[in-house]
Amino acid sequence: MKRLYAPFNFRGGVSPTYHKETTCNSPLRELPLPPLLTISMSQHLGAPAKPLVSPDDTVVGGQMIAAAAGMISAAIHAPTSGRVVSIGDAATPLGRPAPAMVIEPDGNHTWQSPLPPITNWREVAPRTLAERVGAAGIVGMGGAGFPTHVKLSPPADKPIDTLIINGAECEPYLSGDNRILLEHSAAVWEGAAIIAHILKATNIYVAIEDNKPDAVRAMEQAIPADLANASLCVLKTSFPQGSEKHQIFSVTGRTVPAGGLPMDVGCVVENVATTYAIRDAVINGQPLVTRSITVSGDAVAAPANLIAHIGTPFSYLVEACGGVSGTLTKVVSGGTMMGFAQASLDVTMTKTSSGLLLLSPSQVKQFTSQACISCGRCLNACPMRLMPAELSQYIESEDIANAEASFVMDCFECGSCAFVCPAHRPLVQHMRRAKAIIMAQRRAAGPRPG
Amino acid sequence: MKPQAPDNLLLVSSSPHTHSGSSVSRIMADVLIALIPAFAAACWFFGWNAVRLTAVCVAACLITEWLCRKAMRRANTIADFSAAVTGVLLAFNLPPDLPSWMAIAGSVVAIAIAKQTFGGLGYNPFNPALIGRAFLLISCTGAMTTWSASNWLSPDAITTATPLSLVKETLKTGDPLPFTMTGPMTWNFFIGNMNGCIGEVSAAAILIGAAYLLIRRVITWHVPVAFIGTVIIYGLIHMTCSANAMPVHFHLLSGGLMLGAFFMATDMVTTPITHIGLIIFGIGCGLLTMIIRTVINGDYPDGVSFAILVMNAFTPLINRACKRLPFGRKK
Repeated sequence: MKRLYAPFNFRGGVSPTYHKETTCNSPLRELPLPPLLTISMSQHLGAPAKPLVSPDDTVVGGQMIAAAAGMISAAIHAPTSGRVVSIGDAATPLGRPAPAMVIEPDGNHTWQSPLPPITNWREVAPRTLAERVGAAGIVGMGGAGFPTHVKLSPPADKPIDTLIINGAECEPYLSGDNRILLEHSAAVWEGAAIIAHILKATNIYVAIEDNKPDAVRAMEQAIPADLANASLCVLKTSFPQGSEKHQIFSVTGRTVPAGGLPMDVGCVVENVATTYAIRDAVINGQPLVTRSITVSGDAVAAPANLIAHIGTPFSYLVEACGGVSGTLTKVVSGGTMMGFAQASLDVTMTKTSSGLLLLSPSQVKQFTSQACISCGRCLNACPMRLMPAELSQYIESEDIANAEASFVMDCFECGSCAFVCPAHRPLVQHMRRAKAIIMAQRRAAGPRPG
Repeated sequence: MKPQAPDNLLLVSSSPHTHSGSSVSRIMADVLIALIPAFAAACWFFGWNAVRLTAVCVAACLITEWLCRKAMRRANTIADFSAAVTGVLLAFNLPPDLPSWMAIAGSVVAIAIAKQTFGGLGYNPFNPALIGRAFLLISCTGAMTTWSASNWLSPDAITTATPLSLVKETLKTGDPLPFTMTGPMTWNFFIGNMNGCIGEVSAAAILIGAAYLLIRRVITWHVPVAFIGTVIIYGLIHMTCSANAMPVHFHLLSGGLMLGAFFMATDMVTTPITHIGLIIFGIGCGLLTMIIRTVINGDYPDGVSFAILVMNAFTPLINRACKRLPFGRKK
């Protein structure tokens, strides 16, 4: 018996309409290279990567074109061979501009990975493998983009006993992870085994929500016989089940302390796409230059799951999916709960682009914020057990100090509160604003003691 | 096929980019739907007067709301139905023979003073309908405590009092009660065949509406259970301590308890926001109701309205006391 049902479930959460049926049966399809790649140097959490090449240089596929700038950063590799056209600021899917490198592919796709394959990873030291993950430029592909090698190098006083492979994919529309689980079941398990080896974790779970029964079955059947303590954990379908801290609670019952990390409770959570990329980096010596992305929504002609190169313009993805159909009102990078609205289709995809959603007016409601009627629905929805109603009223009256004292910094902007609010209050927007003000105040106050 | 550049600009806004579809007007519409059974019962027992009072109060509330928003140069809010809900609830808290002009006066006070002076829905500290009723009780005491002669006791016994006022009278005079809570009498109480405010008499009709609100998740169980539970426990203790105490089911079925517990004490704006806060609120309402009914030797027999209004005043304090700690935080 290797299938188990999550013994716990986090408190709060919501049930949005998932719209997964549009793409969940659409196999991953490799997208050819676009005429130009615009590769952001800021594809991850932390410092932007430092370019290693200059305009007019030629690069080969797999070549490191930008190095990690510090501990919390990640290297970036050329997705193909070609010429560096320019380096300058470009829009990122997160909204703020960042340095980006424009590469014009030469069409030969000359590929020369600097990383030798490591097939005997079981005999290789965990540290070497973690370094390999860093050298391959792998970051958390679920959305946050936290550099993965940092996660895989916990300090000695934080032993890890549990590894959870996050296959919740709780965001509406997205089904790329679902496809990886179905099409590359064995590879995901092998990736999980590699990560467990690096962390010396004894319990391995692949956690999948119960609205993906195909993936559950495929992954259950693919559990490797030689992998001890590996189980498939079926999660209740609930947003945000894919949130690291909440998934750890659902699977293990452990609570990550506020401001802490999963390693504080002996856990590491890795997203499915990340796990697959880690395996590729170790076994095949491939740096991270492509990823799965779901192109969906009711304003795209042929929704699909694609494997595309980082730096590919969103417009090229749309073109590959039959173009815009009907009226396009909103473009979202990511899912509808936590994704970022785009001002233009010229933005290019990054290592964290899990979805590109094209929405018609019928899917895009615009509201006027009303007064809070204290219905308490946001309190029941908030997975962080915050009091969004109260926080938003503090923030509206510019009482940022009280918002901070009421733990606004614990908010991770999942959107559950605003999703349920009958007064259509822009609660997430309020939280974001307060968090930005507090962060600016903290920066101005200088480094905190200790 | 090249993707067309959109003719219109793309909409950029903060996440989430989807919504559950809930709205304030839907919540208020649900409350109105849930009040239909009680309205039907009111029409059955009080006839034309029930229609008259409800229509007058709703119209007066809507017009007052519209005028206030106009005068304050604010967006018109009659479409959120909250003024209509206040109108229906105020009408349900009035005796059947109340003159229409008094009902209008109560409605104006409810909307203009109890609601719009504070800024409208969401900002009012007290339940507007109950403020309207309290205003009428103080200024038009006679009309507010006059009940049509009806024969709810038995076909030949005519009374012009409500059960609660009869009980209070006999407590003062020491006379025996003109009725006992026998099976048939309890049935009369349950379906609403007695004197009282037009919308509060029929527990049966109110419970049907309450079930709808609970199923639609417009209200939660916390306040009604705490409120009614406290009345039951208080009533049981009172029965063991006092020889002439009324049985618990008398307290449950008389006066405004059912209407108050399910429709007034569950008003979102004027009640606490956390579950524990709602339970404290409900317990407070239950205690105050029973203290007014059984301890305070005043002229006013029912305690529900004032109990809820007093607890409304405590709502900010309860909210302050019932803050919760976020996930992953310890004291």
